[in-house]
Amino acid sequence: MPDTPSTTTESGDSAQEQPFRGGDGRTTGATIRLESLSKTYPGSTEPAVDNVSLEIEAGETVIFVGPSGGGKTTLLKMINRLIEPTSGRIKINGEDVTDMDAVKLRRNVGYAIQQSGLFPHMTVAQNIATVPKMLGWKKARIKARVEEMLDLVGLEPAEFQQRYPRQLSGGQQQRVGVARALAADPPVLLMDEPFGAVDPITRDHLQDELIRLQHELRKTIVFVTHDFDEAIKIGDRIVVLREQSHIAQFDTPEAILTNPADDFVSGFVGAGAALKRLNLTRVRDVNVGEVPVATFDQPLRSIFSLLDSGQGNEVLLLDKHRRPYKWLRRGDLMRAKGSLARAGTPVNDTVTRDATLRDALEAVLTDNAGRVAVTGRRGEYTGVVDMTTLMNSVHELLDEDRMEAIEHQHQLEEQAAEEGSS
Amino acid sequence: MNARHDHRSGSQGDSRGDRELLASLKHERDGVEDPGDDEVLAEVPAEDKPLARLTWPKLTVLPGVVGLLLLATWLWFRGADLDAVAQNSISGGNVQVRLLQHVQLTVISTFFVLIIAIPLGIALTRGKVSRIAPFAMLFANLGQAVPSLGLLILLVIWFGIGAKTAIIGIVIYAILPVLANTIAGLRANDPALLEAAKGIGMSPLTVLTRIELPLAVPLILGGVRTALVLNVGTATLATFGGGGGLGDLITDGITNQRMPVLFLGSVLTVALALLVDWLASLAELLLRPRGLEGAS
Repeated sequence: MPDTPSTTTESGDSAQEQPFRGGDGRTTGATIRLESLSKTYPGSTEPAVDNVSLEIEAGETVIFVGPSGGGKTTLLKMINRLIEPTSGRIKINGEDVTDMDAVKLRRNVGYAIQQSGLFPHMTVAQNIATVPKMLGWKKARIKARVEEMLDLVGLEPAEFQQRYPRQLSGGQQQRVGVARALAADPPVLLMDEPFGAVDPITRDHLQDELIRLQHELRKTIVFVTHDFDEAIKIGDRIVVLREQSHIAQFDTPEAILTNPADDFVSGFVGAGAALKRLNLTRVRDVNVGEVPVATFDQPLRSIFSLLDSGQGNEVLLLDKHRRPYKWLRRGDLMRAKGSLARAGTPVNDTVTRDATLRDALEAVLTDNAGRVAVTGRRGEYTGVVDMTTLMNSVHELLDEDRMEAIEHQHQLEEQAAEEGSS
Repeated sequence: MNARHDHRSGSQGDSRGDRELLASLKHERDGVEDPGDDEVLAEVPAEDKPLARLTWPKLTVLPGVVGLLLLATWLWFRGADLDAVAQNSISGGNVQVRLLQHVQLTVISTFFVLIIAIPLGIALTRGKVSRIAPFAMLFANLGQAVPSLGLLILLVIWFGIGAKTAIIGIVIYAILPVLANTIAGLRANDPALLEAAKGIGMSPLTVLTRIELPLAVPLILGGVRTALVLNVGTATLATFGGGGGLGDLITDGITNQRMPVLFLGSVLTVALALLVDWLASLAELLLRPRGLEGAS
């Protein structure tokens, strides 16, 4: 056991108990710097983690992704020294924590694992209170904090506080696990495949939740997963690790998708990189088209003239809140004998401006006329996307990504050249 | 992802559109409570307070049976025709003295079993010491494999006659179940859970006292219960080492060929064992940590 003997003093000397933290108030992220970190397990000649150097910025979500057995969990556990590195340094917020009391270090680094790791004999409240209690917080403060954390992860405090973990669903357990990890307001949160054991639908919700949480809290999150789609969805930057934790590529999701560093990365990204790219762009970021629109209270004559004016052969009929209601084609009105109420086909699918291009594509593909209305916050009409819009946007995006990647490559080469000459 | 699902309102006319919009807005507000989770919700928390576990049948059935057994024995004794030898064996408060001795033997030996076996079990699951666990188990097995009477006689040769010798014998004999269960209980804990405890900043001592031991309580208590019942039984052999106890009544009955005396000694031993087992079962119910029902 690589554990340093700990002081079990439960005194609340907060200055001493809370290293590498900013001033008062909410703690936001801290930088993490790994300097030539290696780990060789006793009895093996090959290192499990070989000379990894990595710099993670404050408030950033970085995903370690790679095949299983690649040492990504080992690398993560070295940050809170559950696994002691054989050599190399770990610096959090500039402070060297490699030789610091491991117990003290861990109380200031949130840790969430697969299947939540909740203590089955403690209530939800007791589980969340564990770290604040160890840090010597006052009872009233702990109580308030527990309720705040449950609120934060979307569980009703009154309902869930006194439950035991086995009385929760997998997704709820995972939420409590995150709440426990965040309870002492640590600047850094380590997550080891936290959503690996829940069903796909719940996992999707939990991922959305985590993105929302991170938007509020701005912690530094290091997240391990083997699911590349999860990495793309959550990560600000992604570290693709090959065996022995060699870094294959460390870049933004966009860059990795459009410009994988080598065959290993492109193999891991898998087929359909262009499709995955669609997940990263929202409808509001592309040029949304327009169609002629009309409302119910407009006279029929003006609707006829709109149809005849030649801007496409359709008119989108809006209801009184300006929400898309019906598609009207030329001839529809004739067939319905001039009655607006009976004419046209009802709108059965819309996308919001916040939807991803992938959602938009799906909607366009399923729509029988190949177009779908885009709506704003309150469901009001803001435009239309169709196949052409999508294809043009995707081409533009991919071109931009490629240009950026080439520029990035150039920069790296220049840097290398400079370093070489100096 | 969510954004689209939320706004699929088709606006089929104003009133319906309004309702859908309201619903979708509401959903947005409650969006944090994902509906996918609620379906799999576990059953509503059962009344799991320790006191609530003590149901009436558990409290009354066994003492009732033992009470009836003792009452029947007493009635039979009142009507029995006892000669002077038998009278001699049970008169002058002899029965009470022997019973008290027996209880003392059981309690003291169990106490020593606990303070030896549980810390030993904990030590044998820590770090490097855990490597010698198989050898320790071998010794504990040996203690139980040796016939208890033979062990007692050997100890008498070594330590001389007396209650102390009897207690040492009983302790050696009963260490195994408690030790084995302590080790098994601690080993049964999920390593991932213990790592999580360590990972959130618990010191090794805190992990042991707050997580490992509470979770191992059901198994450890099972071992203690076995040891207690075993001790009531082995304590009858204390008589051969001059340790007293109900064994005296039994041997008296046998050597003097007085069936009633033998019978009384045996019935009292059986009743004592049943009562001790019953008390231990109540302790098991009360001390088991909450939240574990159905899990382990």
